[in-house]
Amino acid sequence: MRAEAKLGLILLLTPLLLWLTLLILIPHIDMALVSLRERVGVGEYRFSFANYWTFLSEPLYLRTFLRTAVMSILATVLTLLIGFPVAYYIAKMARGRMRSALFLLCLVPFWVSELVRTFGWMILLRETGLISNLLQYLGLVDGPVEMLYNDAAIMVGLIYTSMLFMVVPLVTTLETLPDEVIEAGYDLGGNGASVLREIIIPHATPGIVSGCIVVFMLSLGNYLTPIMLGGKDSLWFTELIYSQFIVRFNWELGAAFGFLLLGLSSAIVWGMLKLTGQSLEKTMG
Amino acid sequence: MIPSIPQPRFLIAAYTAYVVVFFLFLALPLVVVAAFAFNDSQFPSLPWRGFTWNWFFGAERPQIGVFHERPILRAIGTSAFVAVCVSVLSVAVGLSNAFLFNRYRFRGQGFLYVLMLLPLVVPGIVLGISILVFSSRVANGLWDAAQWDFEALRPGLTLVILGQFSFIATIATLVIGARLQKFDRTLEEAALNLGATRLTAVRTVTLPFLMPALIGAFVVAFLMSFENFNTTLMLVGSDAPLTIAMFDRLKEGSTPLLNAVSLLLMLGSSLLALVMIAFQKRG
Amino acid sequence: MTPDLECLTLTKRFGDTLAVDEVSFDVPRGSFFSILGPSGCGKTTVMRMIAGFLEPTSGDIRIRGRSVLDTPPNKRPVNMVFQHLALFPMMNIADNIGYGLRRAGLPRDQIARKVDEALDRIGLPGIGQRKVDELSGGQKQRVAIARCMVLEPEVLLLDEPLGALDLKLRERMKVELKSLQAAFDTTFVYITHDQSEALVMSDHIAVMNEGRFEQVGSGQDLYYRPATAFVAGFVGDSNRWSGQVERVEGDALILRTDSGLTLRGDRHDRALSPGDRAEIFVRPEAIRIAPSAEDLAGFDNRLSGTVTSLLFNGADSRILVKDEGSTEEIAVNLPQSGEFAHLARGAQVHIGWAAAQGNCFAAGAS
Repeated sequence: MRAEAKLGLILLLTPLLLWLTLLILIPHIDMALVSLRERVGVGEYRFSFANYWTFLSEPLYLRTFLRTAVMSILATVLTLLIGFPVAYYIAKMARGRMRSALFLLCLVPFWVSELVRTFGWMILLRETGLISNLLQYLGLVDGPVEMLYNDAAIMVGLIYTSMLFMVVPLVTTLETLPDEVIEAGYDLGGNGASVLREIIIPHATPGIVSGCIVVFMLSLGNYLTPIMLGGKDSLWFTELIYSQFIVRFNWELGAAFGFLLLGLSSAIVWGMLKLTGQSLEKTMG
Repeated sequence: MIPSIPQPRFLIAAYTAYVVVFFLFLALPLVVVAAFAFNDSQFPSLPWRGFTWNWFFGAERPQIGVFHERPILRAIGTSAFVAVCVSVLSVAVGLSNAFLFNRYRFRGQGFLYVLMLLPLVVPGIVLGISILVFSSRVANGLWDAAQWDFEALRPGLTLVILGQFSFIATIATLVIGARLQKFDRTLEEAALNLGATRLTAVRTVTLPFLMPALIGAFVVAFLMSFENFNTTLMLVGSDAPLTIAMFDRLKEGSTPLLNAVSLLLMLGSSLLALVMIAFQKRG
Repeated sequence: MTPDLECLTLTKRFGDTLAVDEVSFDVPRGSFFSILGPSGCGKTTVMRMIAGFLEPTSGDIRIRGRSVLDTPPNKRPVNMVFQHLALFPMMNIADNIGYGLRRAGLPRDQIARKVDEALDRIGLPGIGQRKVDELSGGQKQRVAIARCMVLEPEVLLLDEPLGALDLKLRERMKVELKSLQAAFDTTFVYITHDQSEALVMSDHIAVMNEGRFEQVGSGQDLYYRPATAFVAGFVGDSNRWSGQVERVEGDALILRTDSGLTLRGDRHDRALSPGDRAEIFVRPEAIRIAPSAEDLAGFDNRLSGTVTSLLFNGADSRILVKDEGSTEEIAVNLPQSGEFAHLARGAQVHIGWAAAQGNCFAAGAS
């Protein structure tokens, strides 16, 4: 019996370890190593921090990095602000069949590829697009207006793309808050604002954190939305990584960029967890 | 604010209106994409030049429909192949992981669980490049050591499959693990009590119970793989899956052909989602 | 003195269903009032209307003489102990109890003082920093009451708060609730489907059925003098027969049951005349057992039969007796004197009871 249990453990542990070491751990370590070498000749490398030094000394790289971080944080906050009332409506205001229908409707856009969603926004926002035409038709503007290729368009795209990942965890946590507890808050003299602040938001914190982590991550790592809605010069950090790897074939610098992106996302995720006293197992698992 | 707390009527009306506007915001881009698939024009934009099926069935230039566009059809095939491979792998590994974390207690388990969750918080493009860097190093090493060119380790479908699998496996583990958590272990004990061996008990009692989650995980994995862009972009070789192929076309300028493909994608994924929901209801 | 709480022809409709049908009652200051009824009888609806979570279709609710219909729930001078207590899991005990005081805008030090006082009062001093899920069921119960009582409400509503507790604890909490009510000297309105909770704790009990009050009175009233067949059947156990009235003399009557027994009963001023369909209720504890028929000479109803089952339950032990002439089993309480301890299945016994113990009601009333 002991031996059988041990054999089972080993059999189940093998695929997990193979996956995590060969596809996650070693590749990331290798990427770190590549980012820490400098090419000194054909096929000759040496250890150095040159790639990171390049990053720090080139204002464009640094600016793009910070810009990506700030825009991603902004996108996360906006997604939360837009999504929370909707999630609350689904979880606590809607009843029975209506609730499942609304929840399902929320998921629909995410059954289709991000490419299609972004394409939809292009059709809406571009110069010859629907909104431009509508504005002209209403007489609000004289000529066609270009609404693509600016930061607002990127923001709309990012929010749209990540909405599901905010709404779903919010609905799931808000659903577990019994009506009775909200009623008790009012019964003891609370009003809308104090019940929201002291009862609803503290209860929804795990959902808020997990939603924010995923949305932030997806925004930071997004490539499609900035490039399609923001144009070639949208200055998104993933574009730098792509161009170093695929266009310039400078893998060392690309790997350094990749590592910086990973570091940034880990730092913010970690900070968010620490700040709210949550753990990764609790919010993601 | 819940229905049992009296609120001013205008507040409730305003709230409901907000939710309606939100859902319009969600639906708008998709509706637009779908509608322009039927525009009898070279461009998916206004003016509307009349209804046509040509972007689906057209066989002549300039309006070649999806079903006569070889490269697109091939890309769909590639995507489907990749998605099936990724789903099968992910569900298998996810099932194994779910049992591991649910049934065994061993040292380092908590650490492994966190490690298992990490792929979810690594940006997809970083996953892509790390696997690209590592596989190239191994491939180069093999060439240097044995003059052996191991094709599978160069950018191509194998790497795409591995790259997508590397994070979709986490999702499959979570989906299956959540259901296994709800399983009442006394059912398995009852099976043992009635004469089943441990493996038979798992096969005849536990696995049927997990079936909705297995199908759910498969469908989710399939859709995620089919839609994946970031990781795929870094690992793709000459055989482009659909998202990459469409992206390349889109960069050159869009025609309603892309709308038609998109509409088919929407229908396909909705159908899959419905299948999943049907199975979930039964389970 | 104006009563603390008055409900006047309170009515609530949900679509076509009438959940609460013209219910009127008042609760005197400082008393413990219970609404007792089966689930779905409308008692929760009444309570939620008093708390302000439901709007009555018609009728009025007055607290200390003032109508509160236009007062939102967070402004009403009533507080509620919820069915699952609804303690806030995101706060510690002190913050839970201080929640309402913070809403009222009291200064910090006063809140702290009042919270400590309340904790002393419920006999749990010093647990303010604990989390909700660190408390036992009974402790949570007391905290939920303290959380309301610090606000000094005119009326405290309790929505079956003992339902989730196990039996032993429930017995203890009954006594404890009653003494807490005395200690706080506040009007309690308690709803429950458990008759023993209502009987033990209440000064007055309203029995509710299908949206209406069947009877309002003390526990003794309900038990000894049920006004309707529903109350007779719902409060306490009863042997119950239906049949036809054969003769009526004053309050006394003779009824022939459908199972073939002829029983003497009492109509207690209710309108019943020969030929009417009626139901008769006899409590198992009102029936005497005797080894011989002579011992029961003083009783109007006398039967003999065989013991079909012994239901031993300590102080509440019973036997089921089957009468020779009928197919029905009659439940009879065993006296605690021990003289029938040797009784076995199949034994022959004689049973009898006074006609006044046979409460008769017109049939079809419930």
